[in-house]
Amino acid sequence: MARSNSRPLSPHLTIWKWGPAMAISILHRVTGNGLATVGALGLVWWLMAAATGPEAYATFMKCATSPFGYLVMIGITWAFFQHLFSGLRHFVLDMGAGYELNTNKSWSIAAMVASVLVTGLVWLYIFGKAF
Amino acid sequence: MGNGTGIGRVRGLGSARHGAHHWLAQRYTAVGNLLLVLWLIFSLLSLPGLDYDSVVLWIANPLVAVPMMLMIVSIFWHLRLGMQVMLEDYVHDKGLAFFSMLLLNFYAFGGAAAGVFAIAKIAFTGVVE
Repeated sequence: MARSNSRPLSPHLTIWKWGPAMAISILHRVTGNGLATVGALGLVWWLMAAATGPEAYATFMKCATSPFGYLVMIGITWAFFQHLFSGLRHFVLDMGAGYELNTNKSWSIAAMVASVLVTGLVWLYIFGKAF
Repeated sequence: MGNGTGIGRVRGLGSARHGAHHWLAQRYTAVGNLLLVLWLIFSLLSLPGLDYDSVVLWIANPLVAVPMMLMIVSIFWHLRLGMQVMLEDYVHDKGLAFFSMLLLNFYAFGGAAAGVFAIAKIAFTGVVE
């Protein structure tokens, strides 16, 4: 968009002091777009591999269970739960609740802690079952 | 007052009353994703194994294939709306904005079609030797 250099920009990311509400807001966008690309492509790859046959599925499993594959899957799990909890926060905000400064801060922190905790629980369960 | 068409209502009342559609569809599909992806995660965690035979036999069950197809549609619909908002915020050049929306539509519809086709093939043909 064309912008006149004589007009000031509104304060931006480098000006404001970072807080939980800002962090969870940008995390919602980052995790959403991560899931939309890496997550969705991984899901379709898994389904396509299973639809193609045992060899294609073996190739998928070899990539998915490599160290990098585990890193990506753990990342997607965290992104999913982060997006889920910040999404639930958005539902509450949509109803017009939770805008008080302290309430907003508490629930922002709670959502970020919950996503890490649930991701940890899911992968502890998986590794506990496998090894 | 308007004359009953969309533009008539805009001229008469200031709104065609479709402004919230994108916003609402984002939330409907969010609820769809919430239920269906959690179902997928719990199902995968409770399957005896994630080897080829276990996964294909599981997906071939109609009570799995149908929600899985709904999940694919809900996911790709939701991501199309969400990525559109991201692109609208960051891509300012009109030509690039048009091109990025074109690519996003190809990606969303192509990905959804591939996912639904794969599930249908598994459901109809089962385990391939």
